[in-house]
Amino acid sequence: MELTEPQIQRYSRQIILSEVGGKGQMKLSKARVLLIGAGGLGSPAGLYLAAAGVGTIGLVDSDIVDLSNLQRQILHSTATVGMPKVESGRKTLTAINPEITVNTYHQLVDADNILQLFKEYDMVLDGSDNFSTRFLVNDACFFAKKTLISASMFRFEGQLTTIKPHAGYPCYRCLYPEPPPAGLVPNCQEAGVLGALAGTMGILQASEAIKEILGIGETMADRLLIYDALEMKFRKVRRPKDPACRLCGPTPTITNLSSDYTVTCTI
Amino acid sequence: MINVRIPTPLRPLTKGQGEVTAQAKSIAEMIETLNASHPGIKSRLCDETGELRRFVNIYVNEEDIRFLKGKETSLKDGDEVSIVPAIAGGSSCRT
Repeated sequence: MELTEPQIQRYSRQIILSEVGGKGQMKLSKARVLLIGAGGLGSPAGLYLAAAGVGTIGLVDSDIVDLSNLQRQILHSTATVGMPKVESGRKTLTAINPEITVNTYHQLVDADNILQLFKEYDMVLDGSDNFSTRFLVNDACFFAKKTLISASMFRFEGQLTTIKPHAGYPCYRCLYPEPPPAGLVPNCQEAGVLGALAGTMGILQASEAIKEILGIGETMADRLLIYDALEMKFRKVRRPKDPACRLCGPTPTITNLSSDYTVTCTI
Repeated sequence: MINVRIPTPLRPLTKGQGEVTAQAKSIAEMIETLNASHPGIKSRLCDETGELRRFVNIYVNEEDIRFLKGKETSLKDGDEVSIVPAIAGGSSCRT
């Protein structure tokens, strides 16, 4: 497989980067990335991955587009209110880049279907909105040995990290061993979120995904990035592997996806 | 003096301030000092037994105190402490 003339033209501004080149562009076109959530993070991440020519993008989301989503979920538009988010997302992504394949899954992810979903993909981007999904996605990525780019946000603050314990790095449970119990953390409907913060964090996810696909630059796999939009401050902290980790430690107690992932984050 | 970064979810307890200062020689002492000036903060960081909650991380400069000496991790003048809780938001925020 070689790049066609229109492809060379479409991707010329990144092909001329020595870190990308024609070879890198081919890696991108062969890459298969699954986005968990076609919302605030999945929208900007998906747009940039599609535009960069990531060959196969999967969108999984059980929601339909609501007017209150449009403040930040830029895959969707006023005209697609009422449509499944994955359908609305596919229309937007293929309009930007008809050369890529967009697969849609209009469903919730759960312990029964997640590993099957992962089979078609090499990398997962988590843009989900609740702790149960985040811990489930982490555990499933560990068992399936998929690189996970995780981002989350709350009001004016975002976090980002790359998770690849199969390459010797820590997992999400090394960072946060357990989800908070119900009632201690408000959900984002109550808390609100700045739309442009979703954009920043989703685009950082896309950028880290592209770096991992190309194998360039510094990985975020042993770091956690914390972004405070109000103070315009980016901080990075170290994220070591936890020798007592219940999932990826030497004596794991989580050995399959049968644990209880039900966590409510409402007050 | 120690600078302490307060995450968004805890800012209602610090009247919206994103950074506060504390005089303390250890994390345990810092938590007590903070709780005196911002009542309620300790129960957000520690559980009923006084242990740090499993979904809240505290960093001294760039290091996670769970991998240092936990609450007994010592502090020195000029240290920057960050409180970083797990956050989950990203998508559609269903209840």
